[in-house]
Order: sequence, then structure tokens, then C-alpha cells
Amino acid sequence: MTAHFGALTGARATFLLSGVRVVDPAASSDAVRDLAILDGRIAEPGDLPSDIRRLDGDGLVVTPGFCDLHTHLREPGMEGAETVASGARAAAHGGFTTVCAMPNTDPALDEVARVRWVASLGRDASARVRIIAAATRARAGEALTDFWELAAAGAVAFSDDGVALPTARLARSALLAIGPLGLPLIEHAEDPTLAGGTLMRAGQVATRLGLAGWPPSAELVVVERDIALAEETGGRLHLTHLSTAAALDAVRRAKDRGVRVTCDVTPHHLAMSDSWVAGDRTFNWDEPRAAESDSSGEGLDPLRAFDGRCRVNPPLPFREDGLALLGGVADGTIDAIATDHAPHPPERTLVEFADAAPGMIGLETALSLGLAAVDAGCLSLAALLAALSSRPAALIGEERGLRPGADADLVVFDPAGHWRVERKTLASHSTNTPLLGMTLPGVVRLTVAGGRVTFDEDMGLLG
Amino acid sequence: MSAVALAAETWTRRHLLDVDQLSRLELEATLDLAGDLRGRRATGELGEDARRLVGHAVGLAFYEASTRTRVSFELAARELGATVVDLSVAGSSVAKGESLVDTMLTLERTGVRTVVLRHAAAGAPYLVARNAGLRVLNAGDGAHAHPTQALLDALTLRDALDGRLDGRTIAIVGDVAHSRVARSNLHALTRLGVRVVLGGPPAWVAGFQHWPGVTVASSLRDALREADAVMTLRVQLERAAGGGIGSLGEYTRRWGLDEERMSWARAGAPLLHPGPTNEGIELTAELAASERSLIGQQVTNGVAVRMAVLSLLAS
Amino acid sequence: MSSRQIMGADDLRRALVRIAHEIVEGNGGTDGLVMVGVHSRGVPLAQRLSAMIREHEGVEVPVGSLDITYYRDDLTKIAHAPIVKRTEAMPDITGKTVVLVDDVLFTGRTVRAALDAITDHGRPTAVRLAVVVDRGHRELPIRPDHVGKNLPTSLDENVQVRLSETDGVDEVLIARSPAR
Repeated sequence: MTAHFGALTGARATFLLSGVRVVDPAASSDAVRDLAILDGRIAEPGDLPSDIRRLDGDGLVVTPGFCDLHTHLREPGMEGAETVASGARAAAHGGFTTVCAMPNTDPALDEVARVRWVASLGRDASARVRIIAAATRARAGEALTDFWELAAAGAVAFSDDGVALPTARLARSALLAIGPLGLPLIEHAEDPTLAGGTLMRAGQVATRLGLAGWPPSAELVVVERDIALAEETGGRLHLTHLSTAAALDAVRRAKDRGVRVTCDVTPHHLAMSDSWVAGDRTFNWDEPRAAESDSSGEGLDPLRAFDGRCRVNPPLPFREDGLALLGGVADGTIDAIATDHAPHPPERTLVEFADAAPGMIGLETALSLGLAAVDAGCLSLAALLAALSSRPAALIGEERGLRPGADADLVVFDPAGHWRVERKTLASHSTNTPLLGMTLPGVVRLTVAGGRVTFDEDMGLLG
Repeated sequence: MSAVALAAETWTRRHLLDVDQLSRLELEATLDLAGDLRGRRATGELGEDARRLVGHAVGLAFYEASTRTRVSFELAARELGATVVDLSVAGSSVAKGESLVDTMLTLERTGVRTVVLRHAAAGAPYLVARNAGLRVLNAGDGAHAHPTQALLDALTLRDALDGRLDGRTIAIVGDVAHSRVARSNLHALTRLGVRVVLGGPPAWVAGFQHWPGVTVASSLRDALREADAVMTLRVQLERAAGGGIGSLGEYTRRWGLDEERMSWARAGAPLLHPGPTNEGIELTAELAASERSLIGQQVTNGVAVRMAVLSLLAS
Repeated sequence: MSSRQIMGADDLRRALVRIAHEIVEGNGGTDGLVMVGVHSRGVPLAQRLSAMIREHEGVEVPVGSLDITYYRDDLTKIAHAPIVKRTEAMPDITGKTVVLVDDVLFTGRTVRAALDAITDHGRPTAVRLAVVVDRGHRELPIRPDHVGKNLPTSLDENVQVRLSETDGVDEVLIARSPAR
């Protein structure tokens, strides 16, 4: 791959994409035309220098840049797996122009000075880095952090991601305190008394594999608790990485009642199911593998069964739940697709399943998985792109659009192209994904953030 | 043609990770071979089989403490002429934090060709199989599988039930949910045409109602009704406390086996137990010592089955 | 007694770079900053932080040091009451923001003694605390403003920060203490 990365502090771009399919979900438009960028801004058609650099957009799609509400950049403390710089490059490769960094670093992002420091690392990165500050000090679930000052320092949301707030009382206090700021409390819905010590979704696959299972109720009880508290306090609640139809239904009903709740889902929960732990590699929208007949001697595939890279919190869902979540993205109940990009070094994932660190990288494969779902008819392209860009951006007060005069913030991709997920095609420092070695649809060709080219594959604008 | 060669024609595996890999044909061929080896071992007529694994180094890597299974494997390997390397986990580099895969790669570099692996983490043998060149024989991985136990149980049952398992009903009672012995038996027995009925407190049988060929009973009497044979599992005492059931006393009163309760099963139904037994909890001492109990045969068959599997893997 | 490396030279350097930045960010600039290292390893750490700030901001932040020793009533016991033995060159701290620098934060008693010692030298506007490792088990309500790494430990463990200036190598080790 002849890919080049640029920085937010680079030169403002000027070029014309001719005959490109422009999909702007916020404007509900989808048409093939020319799109021009002049000095980093979307240009009025007809207002262009005659010698403007022309790029052939035939067959390509251009859409507003993606915004990830849930990324782990691992800096400070776990720089072996990822840094702000490498994570931002992974983001740009995936078409993301903004990533929201989760605070479960070491030490946590619970202090104003530390939040400012990470934000400063993002100033010349390949994507805008927004900070989600911890909701409690050291994410210990005891004392609330200084929300006002953290918000003033730039935090866009608060979360103890990795764990839920441990008591209803603390969650209620947090919602009450954060409410007036207009920022969301992002909750990782997991009841530790139900999910503690478990390794995958409780169900037929877990029963067969002899692995302790996390029942769907472990997510639902926290979702219902937090919805009740958000309703009572008027605070803004955002539930991240939903993994069950039951939780989705609870959110749908709450929205109908007017509760200020939003939610996101990860690409891996949309695409993969609990059977991946047993070695299956079919996506939720594919025809399910025929149930093993009794007389055939196949057993579990030793190359894929118990792959530590399939361990994730919340765990990979039942296929039916994955399909229900896809329906939620399609009908808009789910506000955003957020990657929960969780890099880990190989010594933490290529180990016994019970010892594997949960989480997989996802910035660079999100669009591809989404396009595979679109190809399978589960989702419209407009709904996918809205869930990746304008809808998550709106939740953190960012604009996404392709109107003339606006700063160019966009991604250009080839929906018909394919790429192989491997060490040399990934920009992330880590490779922990079961998708490694697979060939996926959709190739990002150009990412422009704030008027600057941050990623260029064979478009000739960088390098 | 030797019995091993005959069986080997149906067996194409490099590894025995779980019985679910074996077709019905392979299962039966393995049981036949084990029975044959058992007989010739008893009369000292192993012949060329006693030299089958000469020059072949078999490593025993038991990350979970076990005397009976480890000794059984060691005996089986030696009976076939193999060199046995016992990776005593406590004293090895494992204690210094070396990863499982690294330890197995080191073992492989010393010339060991087959490793018999027991590990507390489900899936550990699969990790080794895909990262090292060793042949892997799973001696128990977490709660997932214990293939040679299922094979020796199937052999014991087949002998006790007039050589025929097809169409039989077998009851398995106890902590099924946390038992690798139970899971492997479910694969083997259902594949051999057996109808399995499970019995135990709800927390210990949860999730098994969907397993093909398996029914879950709500009382011991219902579990034993029509059973041609009964297997009970060791109650893991360290788990029982706070493990989703009431007291051990209640478990024994509702699910414990004794000679009288065995009469709820079919006449003459034998009893199996993978050992070690907790007498007074899942079964009485009298029952364990009675004529119904096939516990002794299980141990004998264990060595024979492991000899069969080692021969087949090496061929 | 075997020890395990928790941070290597690179990790330590990264943590100090970050702490240096946080100190400047938290102070809104370099004005009025004074680094005070707690003897022994806090002193080279304070010097390194000052050097990093000089490199990045072009400003010389003064460095002082405090020597706290423990009053030992019994050689086999850990100290109860730290006392100040002597202090070396201490720059003017009145009206300044003092950043106290130490290697490991444990019970907090050393920091308490250092705070008292500092106020003997003048009236700073604020005192902040920067440590490389916070190992928990606080006996006093003291929280570091800047921390390199949070390391939950048990009481029978020992955390050691080794620096090239004092030990020839940069690393942080944790070990089980030998049975007494």
C-alpha cells in the first residue's frame, strides 16, 4: 500500500474530485457530481482556478469524515500497544477525522493537566483527538472528578469505560452534576456481579466450550438502571457498545418517552457472533453454518477455536442480537457506530482464552464491515454513513457536512475495492483482530480533516 | 494387518483435542483397538506394539495437578516403548512466568513429538496445536474437554452393555456445567447413538437442554428412569460453596446415589465415576465398592485407551 | 527474592516527559515554578523535570532539595515518624508554586514531613506533588497531582525506582520483601 499520512497542522488542500458520488447524510443527498476543495474549504461550483488539481472520482464515494465516540489511544501508560500518534493514523486510514479518547489510560484521564496534555499530543496528529474524561477519580468508582473544570479543559463527555459506575447512587450523582454542562455520561453497561469471571456470551456456544458466560441481563440491568436515573435527573446518558436486543428495546422505549438517552454499537457486535469463539468466521448477515451433523467428525477448528482475539467486553452477541442491532442502526434507534478500538500487544491476545485481554482494534475495519452489511442488504449506505459521521459528531457538538464554505472534513472511498487486513496494511501499532488475514470490501483512498489531507492512498496529494 | 494399522486407516488426526473431532467410525475403531490392546497387555502379548513408540518422545505437561491421569498416560506411553518426558510444572520455567506456547516450543526443540497437555484454561490445547509443531493430546482443558476419559467411559459402558451402545439411555448426574468429563461424554455417547439424560441442580445443568440428543431431568428419579447405566460426577467441593446451589447436604439428599436409588434405573444398571470420589456426597462408599460399580474397569480401560490414542497419533 | 520490572528506561522517560508537561499545563506556564526533590531519588528526578521544562519552554525552573530521614526506634521496624535531617540549597519559595518530587508515594508520611519542612522555608502560594509511582496504602489524605504510574501493591511488596544518577540504570522494580 502506498499510503501517506498527513497532520492537522499540514498545508490546506486544494483539489477537484470529478464525477464522484457525493453522499451527504445530513443533507439527505446522494448524487454523482464534481466536488472541489479550495484552500481547505468546500468550494462553490464554478468558483475554481482553471489549473486546479483534478482527481478522477469515478466509482468513488465522498462523504463527511467519520467521528468515533469510543477509541482507546493507550497513551499515557500503554504506549507499546498504541500512541496518540499511531492511533490517529489508524483513524485517518479508517476515514475518521475525529476520535474521542477514552480515559482508562495509566494514569487515567481524570485531571485537567493530564487531559490538556493528551489533547496537546493530538494537535499535530492525523485526526482530531477529543477527550472523554473519567467520571470518577482513577476510575475507582468512589469520588466524582471535577466535571466543570474538565469540561472547561475540553472534555466532551465523561465515562469510566471498562466498567459501569458501581452504584445507582453514584450514577445518579454523576448524571445530576454533568446535566447542566450539556455533556453526556457514557456508560459501559456491565453488572460485575453477573458478568464477573465470565469470558463470552452465555449461550449454546459457551455451554459447548465450557467457558463461563455473561448473560444478557448483565447489560440490561445497568441499562435499565441508568435510563431510570437519566429520566429522573434529566441528565444526558449515552450507552456505549450495546450488545443485546433487549437493551436496544429498552433504549427505544426510553427515547419514545423523551428520556435524553443515546447509544452506539461497535462494528464487531454488528458483524460477529459468539460462534466466532468456537472458530466460526461467518458474519451475522451470512447464511449461518449448518448445525454439525451427529455423524460427521469435524470438531472445532484448531486454527481458530478459542482465539483470544475474539474475547471482548461486552462479549460477541448471539447472531439474532447482532441482526437486531443492525436493524437498530437502520431505523435510527442506534445513534452511532463507535469502534471501541482497543489495541493490545500480541502477548496479551495470543494466549489462553481465559488470559486474553478483551478488545480488538477497529478503526481501520469499521467502514469495511459496514459496507459488507450494506452489500448484504441489512443497511442502506446512507444510514451506515450517517451512523459513522454526522450522527456521532452531533453528539459531541461537531458539524459534519459538505456545504460550500465549510471546512473540508471528508473521506473518499472505493466501495468496490477490497483490501487484505494484515500487519503491513494496518496503521495501528497493534494487530489484535480476528479479521487479520481476511479480505474485506471498501478501500479508503483519501481522508481530509479540517481542510488538511490526513490520509492519501494513491491519490497523489501527499507524498 | 495389525489392529493399529486397521484403526489408523480410519484416523487422520494429528491431534486429539476433543472427541467431537472423531466420526462414529473413528470412535468405534478406537474403542476396538483399545479393547484389543487391553487384552494383549493383560496376557503379555503386545508383540510389536510394545515397540511401536520406540524413539518417540512423549512429553507430559500437566499444568493442573493430577496423579491418576498422569500416571495412566505415562504407563500407556511406556507400554508402547516411548521415551517419557515429565514436564514437572512447578519446578520448570513455567513458574518463572514463561508463556505456555514458549514452553511448548522449547519442548518441541528438545525433540519431543507428542505432548499430553492438561491445563486449567479451556482452549489451551488448541492454542498449542496452532502455534507449535507438536502433536497434541488433550488430557483436560478447563471445563471444556477430556477426550480420553470419554473414550474409556464409552469402552467401559460398551463392555458392560453387551457390546452395544446404540439405542441405550445413560444418565449423567452432578455438576455437568463445570465438567469436561461430562462434555466429552456428551459428544462421544450421542455420536454412538446413546440418549443421554442429565440430572442435577438447575445451576449445574443450565444450558444443556439445547444439546442434540440430550434431555435434562428435574429429579433424580426422572433422570434414572429407563437408564441402562448411570454416571455420577465428582462434586468439586471448592466450587460448591456459593456456586449457585444450596448446601452439599441438600445436593446429597436430592441427587446423591446409593444402592437403593440405583434401583430406580434399569435392573442391573452399572455405575461409573471418573474419580476421585467424594464418598458420602455424590455417592456412598457402599455403592462405590459394590458390584455395580465399574470404577476399577474405568481405570484399567484408561491405560488401554491412552495406548490406543498414542499409537494412532504417532502413526 | 526475585524482582519484576514494571517500567523500563523508555517508560520512565515517557512518564517524566508527560509529568513535565502536566506541571507546566497545570501552572498555566512556567512562572513561579520551583521544583523541590525529596532526598535521595527525588532530587535527580526534580533535576530531570527542570531540564525537560528548560528544553521545551526555554525557562530555567529552580531546583531545591529536602532530606527526610526516618526516626528508627528499632532497626527491624519501619519508621513511625520521619524527621528532617538537614536541607540543602533551597531556592526562594515564598509566593512560588512548589512542586515536590519524590520517587514512590506510599503511606504519605514522608510527604507530610516534607510539607512541614517546606513551610519552614517560606510561604509558597501552592505546593503540588509529583511522584513516579503511587503504590497505594495511604495513611494520610494525600493525593499526588502528577503520577507516573499507579501500581496497586500489597504490604509485603517493595517498589524500587532506580535511576542512572544513583543506581546506574533507569527502571522501576517490584519485589516481594524477604520474610523477616
